[in-house]
Amino acid sequence: MQKIMVCIKRVVDYNVRIRVKPDGSGVMLDGVKMSVNPFDEIALEESLRIKERGTNIEVVAVSIGIADTQQQLRTALAMGADRAILVQTDAPVEPLTAAQTFLALAKKENPDLIFLGKQAIDDDANQTGQMLAAIWERPQATYASKVEISGSKASVTREVDAGLETIEVDLPAVVTVDLRLNEPRYVKLPDIMKAKKKPLDVTSLEALGVSAGVLLKTIKTEPPANRQKGVMVKDVAELVDILKKKGLI
Amino acid sequence: MHKVLIVGEHDGKALNPATAKCVACASGIPDAETTIVLLGADTSGVAAQAAAIAGVKSVLRVDRPENEHSLAAIFAPQLAALAADFTHVFGPSTSFGKDLMPRVAALLGAPQVSDLMAVEGAYRFRRPTYAGNAIVTVEADPARKLIATVRVASFEAAKSGGNAAVESRSISVPLPTHTRYVGAKSGSTDRPDLQTAKRVVSGGRALGSAENFKLLFSLADKIGAAVGASRAAVDAGYAPNEMQVGQTGKIISPDIYIAVGISGAIQHLTGIKDARTIVAINKDGEAPIFEVADVGLVGDLFQIVPELERLVG
Repeated sequence: MQKIMVCIKRVVDYNVRIRVKPDGSGVMLDGVKMSVNPFDEIALEESLRIKERGTNIEVVAVSIGIADTQQQLRTALAMGADRAILVQTDAPVEPLTAAQTFLALAKKENPDLIFLGKQAIDDDANQTGQMLAAIWERPQATYASKVEISGSKASVTREVDAGLETIEVDLPAVVTVDLRLNEPRYVKLPDIMKAKKKPLDVTSLEALGVSAGVLLKTIKTEPPANRQKGVMVKDVAELVDILKKKGLI
Repeated sequence: MHKVLIVGEHDGKALNPATAKCVACASGIPDAETTIVLLGADTSGVAAQAAAIAGVKSVLRVDRPENEHSLAAIFAPQLAALAADFTHVFGPSTSFGKDLMPRVAALLGAPQVSDLMAVEGAYRFRRPTYAGNAIVTVEADPARKLIATVRVASFEAAKSGGNAAVESRSISVPLPTHTRYVGAKSGSTDRPDLQTAKRVVSGGRALGSAENFKLLFSLADKIGAAVGASRAAVDAGYAPNEMQVGQTGKIISPDIYIAVGISGAIQHLTGIKDARTIVAINKDGEAPIFEVADVGLVGDLFQIVPELERLVG
């Protein structure tokens, strides 16, 4: 194990209340707090823990997005990544384009492992890791809740609908991480200062030979239908009465 | 004419009910013909179940020893080869489908609509983003194949009574050996499956311990319900991960959802907003769960739940 690549996405912060623009053209992003996608933070944390257990393992954080995405890569460097690469673009990036971009980086960097979050909390697509594994022609271990590396293999426990499943994959491989894999570390001030000196390279889709295709056009964005506010009951008897009348119990 | 291929989910014995929901979704595509494909070591039993879903034209069985466990790296190349004869390839938005379908899409260079919740045309769909806070309408190019995972909570299962032709297929594509199944651990339970249950009782952090979840199991058994949990309860170790309901857990649509000691974080509400009736029991009258609940009761769950169990008999 020599190198881990971890893919991170700049997204609207987990705590922001999302509002849809009245004209249906998208959600309001002006002045909204942006963060590292929480699942990607877990992916980075896992990379760092593997690095800390081993020797001479390099962790490279990569991202695709607007120039400001450097902020999220600096956060990754402050957490402990060794260097970062931003593929800068103003174009919207679909999962397949993201996968093609990460593939181009993987071919340059030759990582033993690529970590990603299982999904980004903005588009909730849950596609990029699987797509990357497909076109890289390498194994995928999605929804990881435990990752054990031994030599050229990884044993990954996955959170699936029925419970937990364990698979073994040959490296290099793509691992996408679930919530309970670890708890990401807090960034300390000296680390933020140190991160400013770490290398952050900026490249472009064109330089990597990737064209940002639009395979799915977004026609409109709407708020979800609201549920009607219901009734409050004063005791269990009244609750049971309502449920019986509705034929629910 | 559109030809929809549905990837059936099964465990070798039973067809997952999500498959019939995918069929219902496909029936919304204009002028469509629906085929179910089953990959496995021996799919004879589940093929009969798939053939009985109304509206299915044919069922394809792809039986080979390598297909015993559903590994995306093994299934995807076979499905990508099979997709040549189809315009759409759908799978359920379960951990099986979410793992597998993007790998198929990438092999085909095709886009995927994740969590498809409504069909507006053969290439126009609605899907949730931002934990369900923004619903987008997307349109794809008919020149490409369209891959989707179907948000099962959005569709009523297609009825039974069908009589589709069953056919065995062999697909000769090289399969990788770099991914191997080791084993699985699941909480075996006699209770209904959380994802398809008509009644669900669910607990949050206010339960306080795994031990206290027994209160909910007891109530659930009395009314024939499945038991779920909030992320906070799972993170705290009160309940196993397969019980988690919400944005990153299971999205469910029971007839009745009883939320006990769940405050109602937006990520949790995402998982339950298709429930017909939501009942909330919480000691905090200001909890956001009451904003979406059809019936709310403020009070101590440790008194309310046992009393509820007594009175529903």
